[in-house]
Amino acid sequence: MIQTQSYSVEARRKFLEQMLTIRRAEEQVIHFATDHKDLIRGHYHVYIGQEASGIGACAALAPDDYVFTTHRNHGHVIARGGELGPVLAEIIGRTTGYNRGRGGTFHVIAPHLGILQTSGVVGGCMPLAAGAAFSIRKRGTTQVSLVFFGDGVLEEGAFYEAINMASLWQLPVVFVCENNGVARELRKSGQCPTSSLAAKQLTDIPNAFSIPSVIVDGADMLAVASAMADAVSMVRRGAGPVFVETRITRWPGNAGTFPVLIGGDYRLEWALSPGSAPQELQEWLQHSDPVALFIRSLVADRVMTKPDVEAMDAQIHQAVGEAARFALESPAPKAEFALDHIFA
Amino acid sequence: MKEMTFAQALALGLTECLDRDPRVTLFNSSYGGLTPYRATYGVLREKYADRITETPISELGYCGIAVGAAMTGLRPIVALATAAFSFEAWPQIVNEAAVACYGSGGQVTAPVVFHMLAGIRGAGAVQHSHAPQAMFCNAPGLQVVAPGSPADARGLMRTVALESNNPTVFIDHQRLQGITGQVDENAGSMPLGVADVKRQGGDVTIVAVSIMVPRALEAAEALARQGISAEVVDPRTLVPLDKATILKSVAKTGRVVVCDESQLTCGVASELAAIIAEEGFHSLKAPIRRVGIPNVPIPWHQNEEDFITPTADKIIAAVKTVCTT
Repeated sequence: MIQTQSYSVEARRKFLEQMLTIRRAEEQVIHFATDHKDLIRGHYHVYIGQEASGIGACAALAPDDYVFTTHRNHGHVIARGGELGPVLAEIIGRTTGYNRGRGGTFHVIAPHLGILQTSGVVGGCMPLAAGAAFSIRKRGTTQVSLVFFGDGVLEEGAFYEAINMASLWQLPVVFVCENNGVARELRKSGQCPTSSLAAKQLTDIPNAFSIPSVIVDGADMLAVASAMADAVSMVRRGAGPVFVETRITRWPGNAGTFPVLIGGDYRLEWALSPGSAPQELQEWLQHSDPVALFIRSLVADRVMTKPDVEAMDAQIHQAVGEAARFALESPAPKAEFALDHIFA
Repeated sequence: MKEMTFAQALALGLTECLDRDPRVTLFNSSYGGLTPYRATYGVLREKYADRITETPISELGYCGIAVGAAMTGLRPIVALATAAFSFEAWPQIVNEAAVACYGSGGQVTAPVVFHMLAGIRGAGAVQHSHAPQAMFCNAPGLQVVAPGSPADARGLMRTVALESNNPTVFIDHQRLQGITGQVDENAGSMPLGVADVKRQGGDVTIVAVSIMVPRALEAAEALARQGISAEVVDPRTLVPLDKATILKSVAKTGRVVVCDESQLTCGVASELAAIIAEEGFHSLKAPIRRVGIPNVPIPWHQNEEDFITPTADKIIAAVKTVCTT
C-alpha cells in the first residue's frame, strides 16, 4: 500500500498543479484544432486522463536523465518541465517551438530536458531509449533512460529486440508502458490486457525476458509516483531495466478518431461530484480520472480546500492562455526553411 | 606510401578511429564478409575486445540502440555484415537516425556509421546480394559513402566515424576486399563530397562507384590499348555528392558512361545520369549510357549471375557505343 503521508502537502499540491496544467494545456490543443481553421491540419493525440503516469515518472527523474516519448508526448514534455509557450508553439509548428516548428504535435522534444527524440512510429523509441542507456553504461554515469510508450508497442518487433538487449546487457532503462488499451470493466473480468495481444498480462512479456515489472493504477497519482520512484531508484542503482505498466482507462473524449471535449472544458465540480457531469463522463470521473480522484483525495485529506483548487486552476488557466497567445503570435517558419537542417 | 589491400586499409582506419576517440564503439565486428580477408579484421577483436559489443541477431534493435547511443555521447560504428540485413533495421536507420537532425530543427545529432557489404558477392542469391545505396540516397538525412579504393576506405571511415556528426551509411563490397592500392599512412581524414579523378583521360568520362571503380580502371586500361582515352571519376561519397567534378570531366570529354552495381531503375547511375543530362547537357556529344544491374533480383547460378553483373567488359562496350555515336 502507498503511504500517502510520505508525500508532503507541498509535493501533493505540486502534483495537482502539474495535472491541471497538462489537462488545461491539452484542452487548449483541442481548441487549437477545433476553433482555428488549419492550425493543426492533421491528426493529434492528447494526454487527458493519463496525467498521473507522466507526472509520477518524471518526478522520479534527475535533471540529466533521458526521456523518450511518442506521438502522445505533450503531457510528458510538460511533466518533465517543458514550458507551456514553446510546447504549444511547437504543437502548432511555430519557430518559437522546442523543435523550431519542425516537429509539430507528433514530435515535440526538449533537448535541454533530455528529451532528444519523440517518435511518432509505434515502438520507434524503444531501441533509442535502450541506446541512451547503453551510452550511459559506456560513459559510466549514474543517469537513467526512461521511455514512455502505449500498450500497442508490445505488438511491434522493435519492443522485443530492445527489451532483450536491455536485459542481456543490464542497461539502466525504465520502460513505462501506459496501458490505455482497454476499458476497466474488461480488465476486471480477467480478459486479455489489450485487444490485440496474445499474452494474458503485458508484464508476462518483460518477465519472460528476466525484467522485473510492476503494475500500478494509472489513475492514482501517489501510487504512480511511488512505483516510479522505486523503479527509477532500482535502475539507477544498477539493477538493470525495469518495466512499469500504468493501467489507464481511456478518457471517453478519446473514443473517436479525434479528441472531443464532451460537455466542454473540464469543470472542477465534475471532479467533486461526478453526477453533475455529462452522462458519458460520469463512470470515468468516478473511477478513472486521475485529476478527479486526486482532487477528491486532497479535499478529503484537507490538504486543499475547494477554493484552493479553484484558485490554482484559475492561475493555470491564465498561464495556458498566455502560452497559447505566445504560440499564436509566434512566427511560422519561412517556406525556404524546409531546406535547412537536413544535416548537422 | 604503402601498398595494402582494401581490407587492410579499412581495418587500419577502424583501429585508428578506436585509438583516437574513446567515444568510438563498435557493434559487431563482422567485416570482410565470408572472404579470406575476414581474418584481416581480426585485429579488432584481438586489440579492442572491450570496445566491441557483439549483439543478438536483432538488426532493428541494435541499429536503434546505436542511434540512441549516438544521440547521447557515443560515436558507434555498426557492422551489419550483408547490406540486405539493413532492411531489418530500416525503420531505425531511415525513420529515426535520418530524421533526428531535421525533425529537431538542427538540435539533435546522431553520429553513427552503418557499415555494410553490398552487391553481388557470388552465390549470394536473391536475399544476400542487394545493393541498397540508391534506397539510402533516397532517405534525406543520411550520408552515403561508397569508397572504391583502399586509401578512400580508410580516409572516409576516419571522417565519418571521427569528425562527422551525421548518420552515415558506409557501402562496402565483398569483392573490394582484396583489391590493392597505395595508402599514405600519414594522411588524415578525407573530405566528404569531394570526387576523385582516378585516371585522367580525354575521350570519355566513366563515372564509377564502389566496386565499379576497379572495374572502370580495368576497362580504361583495355580501352587505352585500343586508342580510347577514358577518364575515371569516382564520386567516393554519394551524399553529399560532388557534382562539379563530374560535370567538369563531362565538359572536357563530352561523352559519359555512368556505372554502379545496383539496379538501374531509380538507381545511383540513373540519378547521376539525370544530373549530367540536366546540368551538363550542352557538353554532351552523345547520349549518356548507364552500366548497372537490370531490374531483377540477384540469381544464384553463376551463369545468370555473371549475365547481370556489371563488368569491365560491359563498361568497355558502353564506352564504345558512346564513342561511336
